[in-house]
Amino acid sequence: MNPQTAEPETAQFARLAEFIDGLGLGHEPDERQAALIEVLHEAQEIFGYLPEDVQEFVAEKLRLPLGRVFGVISFYHYFTAEPRGKHQINCCLGTACFVRGAEKIIEQFEDTLGIKMGEVTPDKNFSLGTLRCVGACSLAPVVIVDGKTYGRVTPEQAAEIIAEYN
Amino acid sequence: MTTLTRLDTVEAFGELREFLRLRQDPRQTVISVCGFTGCKVNGSDAVAEALKEEVRKQGRDDVPVKVTGCHGFCEKGPLVVILPQGIFYQKVGLKDVEAIVEKTVIGGEIIPSLLYTDPRTKEQYKLESEVPFYAKQERVVCRHSGKIDAARIEDYIAVGGYSSMVKVLTEMAPEEVIDEMKRSGLRGRGGAGFPTGKKWEFCRMAEGDEKFIVCNGDEGDPGAFMDGSIMDGHPHAVLEGMLIGAYAIGATHGYLYVRTEYPLAIRSLTRALEQAHDYGLLGENILGTGFSFDLELTRGAGAFVCGEETALMASIEGNIGSPRQRPPFPAVSGLWGKPTNINNVETWANVPVIIDRGAEWFASIGTEGSKGTKVFSLVGKVNNTGLVEVPMGMTLREIVYDIGGGIQKGRKLKAVQTGGPSGGCIPESLMDLRVDFDELVKAGGMMGSGGLIVMDERTCMVDVARYFLEFLTDESCGKCNPCREGVQQMHNILERICAGEGKDDDIDILLELAEYVKDSSLCALGGTAPNPVLSTIKHFRDEYEAHIRDHKCPGGVCKALIQYGINADACKGCERCAKECPQDAITGEKKQPHTLDREKCIKCGVCFETCPFDAVYTE
Repeated sequence: MNPQTAEPETAQFARLAEFIDGLGLGHEPDERQAALIEVLHEAQEIFGYLPEDVQEFVAEKLRLPLGRVFGVISFYHYFTAEPRGKHQINCCLGTACFVRGAEKIIEQFEDTLGIKMGEVTPDKNFSLGTLRCVGACSLAPVVIVDGKTYGRVTPEQAAEIIAEYN
Repeated sequence: MTTLTRLDTVEAFGELREFLRLRQDPRQTVISVCGFTGCKVNGSDAVAEALKEEVRKQGRDDVPVKVTGCHGFCEKGPLVVILPQGIFYQKVGLKDVEAIVEKTVIGGEIIPSLLYTDPRTKEQYKLESEVPFYAKQERVVCRHSGKIDAARIEDYIAVGGYSSMVKVLTEMAPEEVIDEMKRSGLRGRGGAGFPTGKKWEFCRMAEGDEKFIVCNGDEGDPGAFMDGSIMDGHPHAVLEGMLIGAYAIGATHGYLYVRTEYPLAIRSLTRALEQAHDYGLLGENILGTGFSFDLELTRGAGAFVCGEETALMASIEGNIGSPRQRPPFPAVSGLWGKPTNINNVETWANVPVIIDRGAEWFASIGTEGSKGTKVFSLVGKVNNTGLVEVPMGMTLREIVYDIGGGIQKGRKLKAVQTGGPSGGCIPESLMDLRVDFDELVKAGGMMGSGGLIVMDERTCMVDVARYFLEFLTDESCGKCNPCREGVQQMHNILERICAGEGKDDDIDILLELAEYVKDSSLCALGGTAPNPVLSTIKHFRDEYEAHIRDHKCPGGVCKALIQYGINADACKGCERCAKECPQDAITGEKKQPHTLDREKCIKCGVCFETCPFDAVYTE
């Protein structure tokens, strides 16, 4: 059982296999390689993160070297091989947010949760991260929790936002 | 039109367009609700749903409620515009919905409390076109903003959409299309400003059995969201531009590369692709003309360097996004080694209107070397944040003051940052600079994709340079040494200066490193990475010197170099700072000047931000 979702792991792998088979990929290595990023997006959507067994599964299904799969995961910020918290708090660090004091917001979240950027709380409820501009610059500074955007965030609001998900 | 039948001929398309055009009544009342990020976060979805419910309740379900792409004035969202008059309501909440339908839609009355009031003149404006934020803009790419529902291809066809494509397919040879683009003077909106017509010509002339075109929607510049809003609000304009480009170049397949941080743009484009397919405007033998073109969407996965064209292609191919040497340019050897033409979102979105209204019309807008308009995201410490479209050649002062309404809290403007991490900071003294590709470069900035970040006197320019270099250190792909190591070293020096440990020769070393990184990096990310440092040293050298020699941060930002204090003459004893202070470092009697205990102070700056009387100072 995956700690992040209620779904049994076998069902998750079945879903991923179904997705990959549904792409109707041919035998051309170029074509299979080109599908990799989209497959990893789907895999991360299903599993919450991309642990080694998922990486191996993807490599095998796409008939790509495992090293290449890992390389892509480690290169792109969006992919993570480490489990994340149940709720993901992401503070935007785009220029507009930076100019309007994003670093103070980040410090406040770190202090309140007692973890640093990129870490997960001991109860696995929250992980804290940064994003590089989500295009909501008019509302700077911006914080996104599980896809929900909070605009014009003040340091005092950090505790309120956390409380919503506790 | 609910019957999505595939159109097999140009005539069938013409009939559909006529049908949709005639069905539109210019006197029809329409409620237009902005549905882009800025308004969404402030609750526009709920407002739109409530409006739909309310028109039904009040027996006026003949009045359509349209959720449209970005209206631009994000600062005042949620925005609601009542068409055809263009009555402009701002900061609309659920509580206003009933009155809007009852008083304005049915009664024809204006609700003064929802109108925009200019804080400087106290003047109230009734119509969108009169609001100063909009009055000075010239909308070409965003000309349908607020008028069409991006989720409905029929809305786009009714206002003339896909007609430029039909014109090209039926009346023009590919060479003529390229010639038209060349004469229009359109230059790439991604930042570098390469002439679009010429780029297309290179790719057309390149030899290859298969050619590709790509839309670069990896708008990675932090502080820029123009392309995101165009993809969300005008997806079909992008598709139509690409269809025209594909025909001119001779491409059969195209890719829309969109960063994964833009879920709204991805949703809107995905829907647009489906609709265009269903109508037969994409795919095999489009409208029976014999021209075939297919387009697919590829998501990025969070890598700034993928905005660089060779890295972007590597990413589409499913690899890590590391750039490669040019030449060969993509026009000769691009995706999978085949000729490929890459343009930015806004560039593609300009194409249909150029074909429709002609190269001469387009070239009549703008300056000598930069034609047309440019969409900017105006953000930072400016009053009216949002999306603005202005003719090339407008001065920065006009943009920041006339459209942007000046600086927040009446503070002083220090600089405007343009061009993202590859760009530079333009100081207050150069605000009369005309914004176009060439002028910005002369001032040490760069057009970039169009982010304009306004910085006030409380911004530290050394810290800004440090911020951009931190970003670039993080985003450097690591392939070439100058970028990987050089940018890192520059960042280390800036960190030191901000921490109060600057050395006398730091500025010289930064300048030397900058030259080296600029000249020898493999791609544009590294080649332009020193720009934030070079432009801040050029225009704000005194701030660097203050940090290094005097151990002072004039902007009052760098923690190691500042102390907070309260000016007893200005303090009114409102107690707001004392309440907000996390350390209880501020004490005093109500209505009496307060004092700040520097022993307890952790320099978080909350008091500085909260004080309504500017009584908290830094030194």
